[in-house]
Amino acid sequence: MLKALVIDPGKCTGCKQCEMACSFENEGVFNVSKSRIRVFDFHTEARFVPYTCTQCAEAWCQQACPVNAITTDRASGVKIVHENLCVGCKVCTIACPFGTINYNAATHKVAKCDLCQGNPACADACPTGAITFQDVEQTGFDKMKVWATQAAHAATHQGPNTPAAKA
Amino acid sequence: MGWARKILRVNLSNGTVKSEPLNMDWAQKYLGQRGLATKYLVEEIDPKTDPLGPGNKLIFATGPLTGTAASTGGRYSVITKGALTNAIACSNSGGYFGAELKFAGWDMIIFEGKAPKPVYITVVDDTCTIHDAAEIWGTSVWHTDEWIKKKHQDPMMHISAIGVAGEKQVLYSCIVNDLHRAAGRSGVGAVMGSKNIKAVAVRGTGGVKVKDGHEFLKATAAGKKVLQENAVTGAGLPSFGTQVLMNVINEAGAMPTRNHRQVQFEGAHAISAEAMATPRKTDGKPNLLTNQACFGCTIACGRISKIDEKHFTIQNKPQYWHASGGLEYEAAWALGSNTGVDDLDALTFVNFVCNEQGIDPISFGATVSAAMELYDLGLLTKEQTGGIELKFGSTEALVKCAELTGKAEGFGKELGLGSLRLCTKYGRPDLSMSVKGQEFPAYDSRGIQGMGLTYATSNRGACHLRSYTVSSEILGVPVKTDPLTTEGKPALVKAFQDATAAVDSTGLCVFTTFAWTLNDIAPQVDAACEGGWSPERMLETGERIWNMERVFNMRAGFTAKDDNLPPRLVKEPAQTGPAKGLVNGLDKMLPEYYQLRGWTTDGVPTNETLSRLAV
Repeated sequence: MLKALVIDPGKCTGCKQCEMACSFENEGVFNVSKSRIRVFDFHTEARFVPYTCTQCAEAWCQQACPVNAITTDRASGVKIVHENLCVGCKVCTIACPFGTINYNAATHKVAKCDLCQGNPACADACPTGAITFQDVEQTGFDKMKVWATQAAHAATHQGPNTPAAKA
Repeated sequence: MGWARKILRVNLSNGTVKSEPLNMDWAQKYLGQRGLATKYLVEEIDPKTDPLGPGNKLIFATGPLTGTAASTGGRYSVITKGALTNAIACSNSGGYFGAELKFAGWDMIIFEGKAPKPVYITVVDDTCTIHDAAEIWGTSVWHTDEWIKKKHQDPMMHISAIGVAGEKQVLYSCIVNDLHRAAGRSGVGAVMGSKNIKAVAVRGTGGVKVKDGHEFLKATAAGKKVLQENAVTGAGLPSFGTQVLMNVINEAGAMPTRNHRQVQFEGAHAISAEAMATPRKTDGKPNLLTNQACFGCTIACGRISKIDEKHFTIQNKPQYWHASGGLEYEAAWALGSNTGVDDLDALTFVNFVCNEQGIDPISFGATVSAAMELYDLGLLTKEQTGGIELKFGSTEALVKCAELTGKAEGFGKELGLGSLRLCTKYGRPDLSMSVKGQEFPAYDSRGIQGMGLTYATSNRGACHLRSYTVSSEILGVPVKTDPLTTEGKPALVKAFQDATAAVDSTGLCVFTTFAWTLNDIAPQVDAACEGGWSPERMLETGERIWNMERVFNMRAGFTAKDDNLPPRLVKEPAQTGPAKGLVNGLDKMLPEYYQLRGWTTDGVPTNETLSRLAV
């Protein structure tokens, strides 16, 4: 089963625990600037939005890489940067429409989310459930359920759910 | 590790900056942030120095857990000699600034001397630069934040700044970071202004390392679980913020009202957490939009509010039409109940102005309230207020006072002196509800007896964050005590003071202690830092810090006479509520407190005590 990060900005408080978990997992230190997931603060609108790589099926970064340093992991669908092959040309950072693959000045390579080999540290660290790791085919189900709930309430309002009503 | 092991010293008089290794012997004795920076300050300044003179120093200090994944591990403190109090000042702030300073590789910045003209400072990793601030001097915190980010083309900078109030040395001006988080009390903003520093902008690309990563993640995860499962930190604070207290404290008869004339406010419900979440009659939208976490915080008690655009305070003022930092309990009380105003959106507006221009809403609200009493008694006239009808309950008067004080204009200049100097000027110093010149926060010590001793003995002047016995006396954390009795309170106050001094030295937020004890905190510190940090050692460190602060104050000229309360609280009984008929029993508590502290009957730490603690 393929899994994906599901982000619900409505639940985010802007605490940056996800960024800390990511930097520690990947770089061994705590610093949000080394995180591959970022929380954006739209303070005047009272919104905080985590954002990271969505692991495109046909990835722009992968297509653009001139040295084939980005490959797809068959089992997880994750796009992986091979640091031994990456030449730091940054073409992928231009190609990615979402800006989620970025250059690391310390290593002279690019870095992106690789879902922590199937156990994303950000989702573990999120205290409010704003970031979860779910079956990729069901990522919209929570939103669908909200709308389905409205339909349920509307139907209930119209009358009881008896077998006769279904006939 | 935990510590970056490096401090930045900025001499403003000479325009020089230098890097120094952190004194690790002191770090082992004083941990970080409040304790360690106070150690540096007391070693480096004359306790009798003028707080607004070049001889004072201003220290921005992080703790060893600042910038780590420990919950709430993003705090920094500003340590200096307080402009409002002439005593040791240590004001703690959240937001993201502290963590960023640590990411840049610094445990603290020590500012000394005075810049010949207004400057702002950038710290980008190893590089510290002093810049001309001519273009932003005279502007607000909000404008300064935006201007610096644009100027340096770096939206990821985090900025601490003063507003016009700090520049003009309003004595309770604060230092605001990340737009609405503040090192709020004791006039640290005025000290920054006296040094001609407009702002400090930091950006760090390094990382914070800990002693044992595996143990650290284990200890911090255990801590987060405790916070999540606790009713206050897991549910009450995220949902209602500190405003969860408004109705509780009012019912306890400990809500100072109209300059402490009363202990219950008839309008409390209208300015409570519940009111913030209820849709307004005017536009059908609630005042509160969301909660916000400071850096690394899994509690998220911050309030983000929006005022009705048609409210009289912001008509034709689009700069206030967006969401920003809303009312915390202290602000709602000081601006509301203490002045008798119950217009929630007006209080939110005044709170915005406090953030925008950098003034402490507690001392500001309490000073307005004292001025209202002077006005009520006919000691302050409409001519003297510049035409403001300064009546208790007047929303218009409160709003006008905030706008004037934020810019230190007109009558705002007098309000900017704080209540003690203002009331002294008009002949009634007894009407200033303060200790050591600093105004009380939102708990009346007739209804919560332990808070009387807390205020009287607080090293930075009246303050709830030095020993929050409300926790025990009202909320029953960690054990319930009777708020109406003085019995057992000296020991309770000492225990809270020592533990809090330790927590304030870690980089963590004191709000965690609604759920955490030192038994939860010590393992997190110990996994991050060398030295073997047990709960017992943390508590002893806190006691050492408390005594060090006390000794500084005594050298600055304070004596046992300053461990007092205004006559109103010890002579005028509460008129309503559970504490009806009671005054604060400070005289019953103080001698026992001195004894428990190992101080003389005159409140002087004995040589034996100081050598036991190796102060």
